[in-house]
Amino acid sequence: MNVPTEYFVALSAVLFGLGAVGVIVRRSAILVFLSIELMLNAANLAIVAYARQWSATGGIHALEGQGAVFIVLAVAAAEVAVGLGILVAIFRYRVTTDVDQLSEVRA
Amino acid sequence: MTETALSAANVVVLAPFVALLGAVVNGLFGRGIREPVTGLIASSTVAAGFVLTVVSFFAYPGGGDGVRFVLARFLRAGDLSVDLGFMVDQLSLVMALVITGVGLLIHVYSIGYMKGDAGHARYFSQLNLFVAAMLVLVLADSFPLMFVGWEGVGVCSFLLIGFWYQQRENADAARKAFIVNRIGDVGFLLAMFLTFQVFGSLDVKTVTQAAPAVAYGSAALVGIGLLFLLAAAGKSAQLPLQLWLPDAMAGPTPVSALIHAATMVTAGVYLIARTGPVFAQAPAAAATVAWIGVLTALVAAIAAFAQTDIKRILAYSTISQVGFMIAAVGAGAYWAGIFHVVTHAFFKAQLFLGAGSVIHALGGEQDVRRMGGLGKRMRVTGTTALIATLAIAGVPLLSGFFSKDAILHGTLTSPLLQDATGQLLFALLLVTAVLTAAYMFRWYYLVFAGEERLTAEAKAGVHESPAVMTVPLVVLAVGSVLAGYLGIQAFLGRNLIAEWLAPVTASPDFEHLSVGAEWALIVASALAALGGLAAGYWLYAVDKGRTVKRLDTTPLAPLARSGMGFDAAAQAVLVRPGEGVAQGLAVLDRDVLDQGLVAAGGGVGLLGKVATLWQTGYVRLYALAMLAGAVVIAAVALLAGGLR
Repeated sequence: MNVPTEYFVALSAVLFGLGAVGVIVRRSAILVFLSIELMLNAANLAIVAYARQWSATGGIHALEGQGAVFIVLAVAAAEVAVGLGILVAIFRYRVTTDVDQLSEVRA
Repeated sequence: MTETALSAANVVVLAPFVALLGAVVNGLFGRGIREPVTGLIASSTVAAGFVLTVVSFFAYPGGGDGVRFVLARFLRAGDLSVDLGFMVDQLSLVMALVITGVGLLIHVYSIGYMKGDAGHARYFSQLNLFVAAMLVLVLADSFPLMFVGWEGVGVCSFLLIGFWYQQRENADAARKAFIVNRIGDVGFLLAMFLTFQVFGSLDVKTVTQAAPAVAYGSAALVGIGLLFLLAAAGKSAQLPLQLWLPDAMAGPTPVSALIHAATMVTAGVYLIARTGPVFAQAPAAAATVAWIGVLTALVAAIAAFAQTDIKRILAYSTISQVGFMIAAVGAGAYWAGIFHVVTHAFFKAQLFLGAGSVIHALGGEQDVRRMGGLGKRMRVTGTTALIATLAIAGVPLLSGFFSKDAILHGTLTSPLLQDATGQLLFALLLVTAVLTAAYMFRWYYLVFAGEERLTAEAKAGVHESPAVMTVPLVVLAVGSVLAGYLGIQAFLGRNLIAEWLAPVTASPDFEHLSVGAEWALIVASALAALGGLAAGYWLYAVDKGRTVKRLDTTPLAPLARSGMGFDAAAQAVLVRPGEGVAQGLAVLDRDVLDQGLVAAGGGVGLLGKVATLWQTGYVRLYALAMLAGAVVIAAVALLAGGLR
């Protein structure tokens, strides 16, 4: 079975859109994080889909897409570690993770 | 050209440095030196300068090339070559003798006059600096170095006129002197530029030796001449820049003597005599110089009648006498001008120091209406002042007679002036000579003769000044008598000063008068002096000023009192419009520029306020903005034909 690349890209776009909407509409910081992860992985999906297409045509960039995805995964993991750390620290003081409550830094 | 060896003939070039050393010692370490010592240091440096000058004078080999001494290379750029070099010749030696000789007497006198003044070290330091600057001026071998001395003299006069700067009018007088002098300085600078363009050199000897080869009456030479005249008018207080000199009386009296007799005001005469060959080729410029000198002499002599300040009368007399000198050098009679510098140095220094002695004795009184009869109480001052008064009046056989006669002779026979012009100038100078004798008699009579009009306070304190002040008076009085015999008219004997100066001053061909005409001239100038004195005697001693009182109601009186209205004219023509422009610029600055900047700042602040409306602190809004931005960028990229 050979699924066309367009399908993967379309799925990636749908996932990215869901993530973007999630970031904008959810007020819980945890869920905002979750949505960000969704967007990152939507991008990853698109990248590996293109990489697969490159390798099928025998292109010289066959493995670069996969490499990029590993870097994105690693960075995302690090980001989550730091982000969750900050969240825990905020939660200790504010007893909430509602991002709308965290709006003191404004003009 | 690059003589560097120091010999007896040019050892005088050390004189300015010795005086400078005195200025440095008193200026830097004066606080730690006690009173008479500062004066002794200053006097001894000038005395050393005088000795050096005398040595050079007797060792001078003669000839017109001068003996040079180049201290250091200074400016070398393309064709321009200016060294820190000095040049000794007959003219600079005469000037240096006057500066150090008369200057020495003024320094010694100052020891007595400034006794007890807290600023004595500063005073003597500046006095030394003044002498050093003036020596640099007359010994410089190039115009730029001459300009250094020229400016130095200006600065020192500023410092000394404003010596008692705690009083506002003194500081104002100093600033006025400085600013008016700056106008002349601009003339000097422009003259230098033009000189370099015409002659390709700024070396004094090179220029004066090349001048006769330039076309007679060429516009460039006339331009140089007129610009040098502007410079000379500033320093020598000639029309219309004479404004500063009467106010320069604000300084200590010996400073007035130094400015009026030995230094400063003679600089302009020296400059024109030095550049004589240029003027000899530019008769239009020379005639202008002569006219300026004659008119200045006449105007200042009239103004002198209406003054009541003992020093102001002398100040106007200086302006008038320097007018005589300028008239002489304008007429091409360079030796006569320098001769009058020498004789004037003696009697004017005496008059000022005598006035200082009177002011000293009366405890600061300067108004001649509260003086009189002092001759009996101050015998030495009175007698020496009488001699100097007679000398400046031009009484026969005293020095002023000889030099004034030489000037009159020069204007009448000048080859640089048309015959009618020369005769007119001669007549005006003769009238001025009569006026000179009359107002100087008035000065002497009001101060030293007639009834005593002293205030009780002053009367109690009248005393003859100490020897340190009277000895210079006596020496100067002797000089006022004898200096004239340096320049006896050639047909009567040897004219020493004219012979001495002949190699270095341009000597246009003067008309030769018959012996009878020469005698007629001498009789005329003698009659002018005696007539003036007699008129003065009648007006002030016999008539007791009744006729003068009637003159007081005429419009001439306030005009003369204000120095013939030049100050008011300058006020109206220059100061008021200047103030108007300044006020206008202030309004422009305050109301337009400042307001504009404030408004611009406010506008930027407002923009900032608007921009901060976005900063709500809601993270989700920021995320939406980012997304929207990304969408817009993507849309633009797609519509523009892909990201490639």
